[in-house]
Amino acid sequence: MIVDIHHLNFAYRDSEILKKIDFTVKPGELLAILGPNGVGKTTLLKCLNGMHRASAGTVMVEGVDILKMRPMEIATKIGYVSQKNEKARLTLFDAVLMGRKPHIRWRPSDRDLKIVEATIRHLHLQEMSLRFIDQLSGGELQKVCIARALVQEPKLLLLDEPTSALDLKNQVEIMLLLRHVVDYHHIGAIMTMHDLNKAMRYADSVLMLKDGKVFSHLHPSLVTEQMIESVYGLPVEIHNINGHPMIVPKDSTQNLCC
Amino acid sequence: MHLHDGQIPEEYRKYIGRKFVFLLLLCVSLLIALLFSISSGAAHISLTDVVSSLIGLETSKKIEIIVWNIRLPQAISAMVAGAGLALSGAVMQSILRNPLGSPFTLGIAHAAAFGAALGVMVLGGGIMTSNSMGAVQITNPYLTTVAAFFFSIATAAVIVAIARMRGTTPEVMVLTGVALGSFFTAATMLLQFFANDVQLAAMVFWTFGDTARASWSELAVMSIVVTITGIYFFCNSWNYNAIDAGEETAKGLGVRVERVRAVGMLLASVLTATIIGFLGIIGFAGLVVPHIVRRIIGSDNRFLLPGSFIGGALMLLTSDTVARLILAPHVLPVSVLTAFIGAPVFLILILRGGRK
Repeated sequence: MIVDIHHLNFAYRDSEILKKIDFTVKPGELLAILGPNGVGKTTLLKCLNGMHRASAGTVMVEGVDILKMRPMEIATKIGYVSQKNEKARLTLFDAVLMGRKPHIRWRPSDRDLKIVEATIRHLHLQEMSLRFIDQLSGGELQKVCIARALVQEPKLLLLDEPTSALDLKNQVEIMLLLRHVVDYHHIGAIMTMHDLNKAMRYADSVLMLKDGKVFSHLHPSLVTEQMIESVYGLPVEIHNINGHPMIVPKDSTQNLCC
Repeated sequence: MHLHDGQIPEEYRKYIGRKFVFLLLLCVSLLIALLFSISSGAAHISLTDVVSSLIGLETSKKIEIIVWNIRLPQAISAMVAGAGLALSGAVMQSILRNPLGSPFTLGIAHAAAFGAALGVMVLGGGIMTSNSMGAVQITNPYLTTVAAFFFSIATAAVIVAIARMRGTTPEVMVLTGVALGSFFTAATMLLQFFANDVQLAAMVFWTFGDTARASWSELAVMSIVVTITGIYFFCNSWNYNAIDAGEETAKGLGVRVERVRAVGMLLASVLTATIIGFLGIIGFAGLVVPHIVRRIIGSDNRFLLPGSFIGGALMLLTSDTVARLILAPHVLPVSVLTAFIGAPVFLILILRGGRK
């Protein structure tokens, strides 16, 4: 197991957001966290790398409880790709190099620079390596952020809505990239998602949250219409198109808006 | 992970090399500006004499006195102050993620002006005398300095304390700073309203930042503060880069964002308060120099901070020299010149940047 989450609780002020969350992620596994807005998907993600302090429970990464580690140590094991990324007047190479920060003491070593170069090449970004990131498109910037998290040499990658701001082509590219990264480097990855179809198609397992608890944790092919209706409060049909499950809201949903 | 077949790209090395060349050019320009600044003035001294005097070769008594007692302290004071103000502006802009970050937008300069006014009026530092040069002086300048310093630091402390309570976000810090700035401006106006002619003149005079105010001992204090805070900031340039990339990304990289922000803010304020306390208010250098440097070499703090440091020294030294010469024999306070020189340069850069 790369990650083993046991009885994780998180409370903000007096309200309990997450209750007794348990799940595990294996090497080479891409897990999608699903659930309605406000259920605590991003909060759960942030509890996993200590950005939020869990009020109870443990998060074991390769057998070590990250809640007992210093932030810099956590950053050598867990890469985080935020939904909010600022553009700066920084070259793509330097932006990715920043991911080596947890490993750099004073100045980047040759090894740091080589890892950055290799990662940029693997992600086919080398043509743009000296472009400023404030000149990149949304899809390119998202790849840079994933590259930055990868050069941390993490065992676990956390991604908050990695495709939410992207067009269709970029969404597919990012999902294929994540699939490749997880398989190739044999690391674990956990992402929050709103796009159920992308999650069903590319993830190895889906974790559905409802009312701050794990509603179900299973292989995408085992997700049923009833589960989705129960979690999202919306009747849906699951159709099979070319071997891919497609979730389509039922017609009666038109009544919802009235 | 299988990421070990990398090669260090040659273009990247060249790109980094160009940034070092830029820093080197700034240093050379600074040296030239320094020699020129020392040689020019009411009594012209040839560059050869300046260099001889500086490296300790024998020159005339008169040259020794002019160089070592008058022009060198003022030139060094301009350089130290410019470097410190620009550095503190660069750091504030970065940690607050706000291009308007500077001692002015955050009310620190206003607090210093209030402190000085209070020192002049209530604490009795306000009897002015005229010396033989015709310039106004404030008796008991240390009292004024200490009062200005105290209020600047208190303002920074309040900003950080409020930010601690409400979450150390740039919005909270900037808005708190703006509110405190307005408060101290009003408080200063209140004091000025009740001040007598002499006190009022002293208060206004104090706000004209002037590099000639610092003696060698004051210079030493300023230099020590600039050095210590400078080292701290340079050591944190990776942290500032990470915060530039976004708060969550920085936290994901193991940066304790709130702590880096609070400490950075406090130290940048100490730095500013020390300079303003000794020299009076010198505007614009802290705001504009980092922007100019950023437009030339980008926002990578590993280079932006040293670039702002040297660039600030160069800008203030140049302004100071021009201020001494432009209306000779009258000497303008440098604070008048910084914005006169800085604003047009800055506007040109904005216009050129917009065309890309």
